[in-house]
Amino acid sequence: MQSSGFDFQQNHFQLFGFEQSFRLDSAALESRYRALQSEVHPDKAAQLGESAQRIAMQQSTRVNEAYQTLKSPLRRARYLVSLHGVDTQEETNTAMPVDFLMAQMELREAVEAAVSERDIGALEGLEAHMKAETRQLEAQLAVKIDTEQDYAAAAGLVRKLRFMEKLAEELHSAYDEIDS
Amino acid sequence: MALLQISEPGMSTAPHQHRLAVGIDLGTTNSLVATVRNGISVVLNDENGRAMLPSVVRYAPDGGVTVGEGAQAAQSDDPVNTIVSAKRFMGRGLKDVGDTSRLPYRFVEADGMLQLRTAAGVKSPVEVSAEILGVLRQRAEAALGGELVGAVITVPAYFDDAQRQATKDAARLAGLNVLRLLNEPTAAAIAYGLDNASEGVYAVYDLGGGTFDISILRLTRGVFEVLAANGDSALGGDDFDQRIHCWLLEKNNLSALSPGDTRLLLTHARTAKEQLTDHDQARITAVLSGGELIDNVLTRDEFQSLSRNLIQRTLQPMRRALRDAGLAAADIKGVVMVGGATRMPQVQHAVGEFFGQTPLTNLDPDKVVALGAAIQANLLAGNRGGDEWLLLDVIPLSLGIETMGGLSEKIIPRNSTIPTARAQEFTTYRDGQTAMSVHVVQGERELVSDCRSLARFELRGIPAMVAGAARIRVTYQVDADGLLNVSARETGSGVEAAITVKPSYGLSDAEITRMLQESTLHAREDMQARALREQQTEANQLLEAVQHALEQDGELVSGEQRERIAACMTGLRGTLELSDHLVIKRAVSALNDATVGLAQARMDKSVAKALAGKNISELEQK
Repeated sequence: MQSSGFDFQQNHFQLFGFEQSFRLDSAALESRYRALQSEVHPDKAAQLGESAQRIAMQQSTRVNEAYQTLKSPLRRARYLVSLHGVDTQEETNTAMPVDFLMAQMELREAVEAAVSERDIGALEGLEAHMKAETRQLEAQLAVKIDTEQDYAAAAGLVRKLRFMEKLAEELHSAYDEIDS
Repeated sequence: MALLQISEPGMSTAPHQHRLAVGIDLGTTNSLVATVRNGISVVLNDENGRAMLPSVVRYAPDGGVTVGEGAQAAQSDDPVNTIVSAKRFMGRGLKDVGDTSRLPYRFVEADGMLQLRTAAGVKSPVEVSAEILGVLRQRAEAALGGELVGAVITVPAYFDDAQRQATKDAARLAGLNVLRLLNEPTAAAIAYGLDNASEGVYAVYDLGGGTFDISILRLTRGVFEVLAANGDSALGGDDFDQRIHCWLLEKNNLSALSPGDTRLLLTHARTAKEQLTDHDQARITAVLSGGELIDNVLTRDEFQSLSRNLIQRTLQPMRRALRDAGLAAADIKGVVMVGGATRMPQVQHAVGEFFGQTPLTNLDPDKVVALGAAIQANLLAGNRGGDEWLLLDVIPLSLGIETMGGLSEKIIPRNSTIPTARAQEFTTYRDGQTAMSVHVVQGERELVSDCRSLARFELRGIPAMVAGAARIRVTYQVDADGLLNVSARETGSGVEAAITVKPSYGLSDAEITRMLQESTLHAREDMQARALREQQTEANQLLEAVQHALEQDGELVSGEQRERIAACMTGLRGTLELSDHLVIKRAVSALNDATVGLAQARMDKSVAKALAGKNISELEQK
């Protein structure tokens, strides 16, 4: 394992050999992930001693962590912002523009209404709407992080994206609720 | 997908260097062992040419142990000492098994996992399973002519930490070196999919005797990646027998039958079910103990309508797994069928209709899991050169920690790729708190009481600090077998505590199913409950802080203000018993308003004392 030159000090981007940017080639991410796991996964060390297996587990865990962070736009943005020393304050800073909060509330109510009417079509419509909105936030993040290097503004967008993710989770359980 | 093609093990390797490794399907009713021989995965038969070893163990008074067919034959004569389905007891306590009165065993409650009193002494389910594994090991060593390097043992995908740990212990007890615990559906996918031409997303539909599992996997250039797993652990082939049994009772106007007659009709029901796989109708004839003659003809159409609901119940976990994977049925390139119950034409039809394609059935559904396990064992033993693949599996249920108010904070979400680790920081609740209890739970629900308790341990020796100042980093590490390790560390002082989660009992199948179903049924209810607990916790913290501030600095404000604060405190205490979090919230904010003056006065005082950090309680932060 040592021969692969695995360095735990590297950040997620360095580990995957990527430029430190929000815009990311997802096909390259996938193939790099598989290549890295093919080197370090514990299955490769199954016939070796306990310490080699332990190292393999730690390296493989590290690769999984980096991959999960880079794959999700929200986590990737949060990570990039934190690399630049900015705290996204997702737990503490709940001050949001009023129109954004209103829109969130309306979406939430629409999800509830769809559940009580068991209307899958309505949920699908809401999902499409939310996905479009999420993509828009991601496009703004790319500009703030990669082009303008405005990490404080990016932190605000991360907080909005976090709201959208929570809403997506609610949508997910709404599907299950209608299903059961 | 064509039948897998596997090259000669390491062409340059001399035959004697081939490392002997096996795959074992340790099943509830039957177990099998397989190995890769001359490049092909084969199931190893016993001396009578039988592949399946009934998972039955009989203990005789002289200490003798019989495993398999012999033990099964003695089942009705010596039920107390003949253990069947020990897999259901692995990693379980008595309360997990539920109604033990219907089972003929003499159970012994032990720390964590139940035990069984037999003619040969008290045995744990781990020991019973080890007997089965031991027989399979001997069979393999005799067939392969040497000692085994190691084995891959399969477990249901929904098996939790305790059940996996128990399985690994049983293998060790049987003298097997466990190369890996492998999820059964994943093993099946390997048996089908090890053909480099097959790329894309596959579904594995595993309907066993008593359980249903669905897994969605992506195959890309030699990488098997499990995207999502779901299931219903209280649904299987036995339920279909039950439906035919009920139909017979109805047709013949029968009500309560003796246990013997029930067993007789169930056996006939099973035979009829199997006949209907290849025939349009099955005739059922039997004579009951009271002399009544049963003679009915069940057509395939009738059987289909009898079992429609059961098949419908497998569709819901399928939809959920697809949603978890972010996919639609049309994205699935192939569907692998596992388990004897998938031989039923109506099952194949329903699955085919759901995915819009004919399911793959070219491998024996009873053997496919063992075959796949053998292929993985061969790889892990290091027998393959060049032509390798990688398996990326997931944990089926979320792992969490108990936080204030009995809430489960999920540390590692379900369907996370393993090995995985996640660390989260927690803090103390009270001033001067020097110990913290870490409670590890598994499940999807919000309240700890609705989740499965896996382990508890304590972190002691935290230096006394004000509430919220300590930084305790709790780390969850799940290894490639799906087994969990938890450690906790106070980052300032370096005080540390760790535990290998070996809780000796796990979730009952029914419990997992119930938990999975309830987590979605109760999503909204849970959100209410969470809001209430959070509000109650906040209220209690505020009450403590205000009380503390009054005792220390009450004289800083007027008597009138103190009275108003006291009234608001009484008001808040009165709301704590109510189940409406909004009412509590209003009372909290009333008390906050009432204490503005006090907070200001304390702040001034503490600034004056130049002891800003020390005396400012969290009151000012509200």
